[in-house]
Amino acid sequence: MEKVLTKILDRHRKEKGSLIALLQHIQETFGHISEENVAWFARMLDIPESRFFGVITFYPKFRTRPVGKNTITVCCGAACHIKGADKLLDTAREELGLSGDEDTTRDLSFTLEKATCIGACNIAPVVILNKQVHAGMDPVKVTKLIKGYEREEFLGYL
Amino acid sequence: MSSLPIEIKVCLGTSGSAAGGEEVLRTFQHRISEQGIEAQLGRRCSPKKVGCRGFCSRDVLVDVIRDGSKTTYQSVTPIMVERIVRDHIVGGTAIAEWTVTDEYASFHEQQYKIVLGPCGEIDPENIDEYTAMQGYLAARKAMTRMTPDDVIDEVVRSGLRGRGGSGFSTGEKWKVCRREEQHPKYIICNVGEVNRPLAEGNPHAIIEGLLIGGYAICASKGYLYIRERYHRSVERLRIAIEQAREKGFIGPNVFGTGFDFDIEFSFGTEAFICGEETALMESIEGKRAMPRVRPPFPAVQGLWGKPTVINNAETFSNIPIIIGRGGAWFSSIGTKESKGTKVFTLSGKVRNNGLVEIPMGMSFRDIVYGIGGGIEGDKALKAIQVGGPSGGIIPTSMLDLGLDYENLAKVGSIVGSGGMVVFDEDDCIVSVTKFYMEFLQRESCGKCTPCRVGTRRMLELLTKITEGAARDEDLKTLERLSGVMASTSLCGLGRSAPNPFLTSFNHFKDEYLAHIRDRKCPAGVCTALITFSVSEERCKACGICKRVCPAKAISGEPKKVHVIDPDRCIKCGACFRACKFKAIKKQ
Repeated sequence: MEKVLTKILDRHRKEKGSLIALLQHIQETFGHISEENVAWFARMLDIPESRFFGVITFYPKFRTRPVGKNTITVCCGAACHIKGADKLLDTAREELGLSGDEDTTRDLSFTLEKATCIGACNIAPVVILNKQVHAGMDPVKVTKLIKGYEREEFLGYL
Repeated sequence: MSSLPIEIKVCLGTSGSAAGGEEVLRTFQHRISEQGIEAQLGRRCSPKKVGCRGFCSRDVLVDVIRDGSKTTYQSVTPIMVERIVRDHIVGGTAIAEWTVTDEYASFHEQQYKIVLGPCGEIDPENIDEYTAMQGYLAARKAMTRMTPDDVIDEVVRSGLRGRGGSGFSTGEKWKVCRREEQHPKYIICNVGEVNRPLAEGNPHAIIEGLLIGGYAICASKGYLYIRERYHRSVERLRIAIEQAREKGFIGPNVFGTGFDFDIEFSFGTEAFICGEETALMESIEGKRAMPRVRPPFPAVQGLWGKPTVINNAETFSNIPIIIGRGGAWFSSIGTKESKGTKVFTLSGKVRNNGLVEIPMGMSFRDIVYGIGGGIEGDKALKAIQVGGPSGGIIPTSMLDLGLDYENLAKVGSIVGSGGMVVFDEDDCIVSVTKFYMEFLQRESCGKCTPCRVGTRRMLELLTKITEGAARDEDLKTLERLSGVMASTSLCGLGRSAPNPFLTSFNHFKDEYLAHIRDRKCPAGVCTALITFSVSEERCKACGICKRVCPAKAISGEPKKVHVIDPDRCIKCGACFRACKFKAIKKQ
């Protein structure tokens, strides 16, 4: 653990990156930014923890809770909204069995995210699974997409 | 027999890829090499990827250019590739039933593609294709034959205005920064969500524009500010920068002029406020993206306290064209005060969704009915929303208004970065306005009170209206809040946040009053205000509604009119969509 953190720290010092860049590296590596990690970096860089949390809580992208293996993002921009993004979100939540303010399944297989506009308005509504953008979605397709991924590998729409 | 190469261009923009473009391209490459088509025909046959050409509703689009004639196929899937290769590429006969229809022509006819022109024609990952169409010649011309002041004068002459938000003159902005004595200076390109097709279709134009801008204001460093989530855009820009560096177009001593310039990425994260230039700088500096108080303006004191110019990717993409073809030529396009073209993503209930570029001043009617091909399902157009979440809502009575900075400002909207959403009779204006306010409330950075509290209060009041719990006085409060926010907010986000409400209230007052006084949603969207019931004359007692109802709210037997229990109904609309006889009434 310490080794991985040191590596990130070295890279950060070498690139003279900003705090945001550092947090992005941490999140890329661990999937989320834990309090322990913040404490460690705050100590090493002599920056108050509060500054870290100030930035973390400002940007919705940074997360303090573990992330699932797969990420499903539902775009909730205007164009997607009027074409039923809310229904897609509800379907996905139901399909993944998420309740309350949960955004990740208990087995850490999926995380569900909302995106503001991703700029693919011409093919709305869109859902992004990991890095692949899926165009013209509807609740049935969302269910199939999730079902298709529930196996170890993606077998296409089931 | 001709020995000209046959070109196959597969659209691999965001939409093309989503529709399976990569697989189509692979299948073409595979077929051609496996069957030895090139040897068989004795000519080169090169399938390649190109950027978005805009007509996204029929993706994957594939161009086959054989003997100088271009055929475009629509909705191509890997299965279709075999026949295209056999009949068209080898046989020379195009497959008529798979080619694009008249829609494709009418979609493109009224557009004026300057910036988007090369997207869909060249391989964005190959610098040679860009230089073959005179790429980087403008940069060379600027640096070897023009002084920085000449460059700025040319940009001023062109009349180019920022394509991001406020529409400030690009040349004037550069001039202010140029005058500053302090060094180093920085130049930043903001690649926003609507700029993605440019970054993916023709990244070198952005790099070249940034380079020319850097030369003009004497900056030695350029930043590309982009959200790291836009993987494909980042990747293509990264490749473009590497290639440009290899060719010596960026780096030390560009074109042997002694001018050093390098470009670096700065990865932002999802935050609407980062479109505001001082907030963007805070974000690059690694802080919370909160706007700064101005003056000092960024051109005087910007990133790291140094003189800085920020423009967005579309503005920069225009620069090589202006330098290459001259500011006078550029200013011949558009209207008196708004020159050039504007890229829009046309979306919503319009038939041809897609990416369009129009000359400034084109009317909404031509955009929606000409390029857009009218409304989906022949429904009635209700309104058009322009300029992103803080733009205004334009009613049908203003369809003949020409789209430019002045006209939009007059009707309480903005050009913004280029979103255009079309609403039809099924959309509720109040609910749409609430949606925009929800977004703005979430994205408000919280630094200044008018915006932080104002967006929240406005959202609460709009929610009350959609729930049928509002009174007439609430509209007055909304108007008062709008006035306060517009005049006292720190940045453009807060100042323009009331736009959707003000414009929609102005033009759709009846709809607001129907929600408040009659407790009805005329479009049948706001669930708290609608009820579903069965029409006795129309019901054929087929039982479909009963089967699809998730709440078991519908009772009935064969040959008897079905009944919906209003207490159990969750207003999901499943029965409404399922009934083939239109027997379900939504009121």
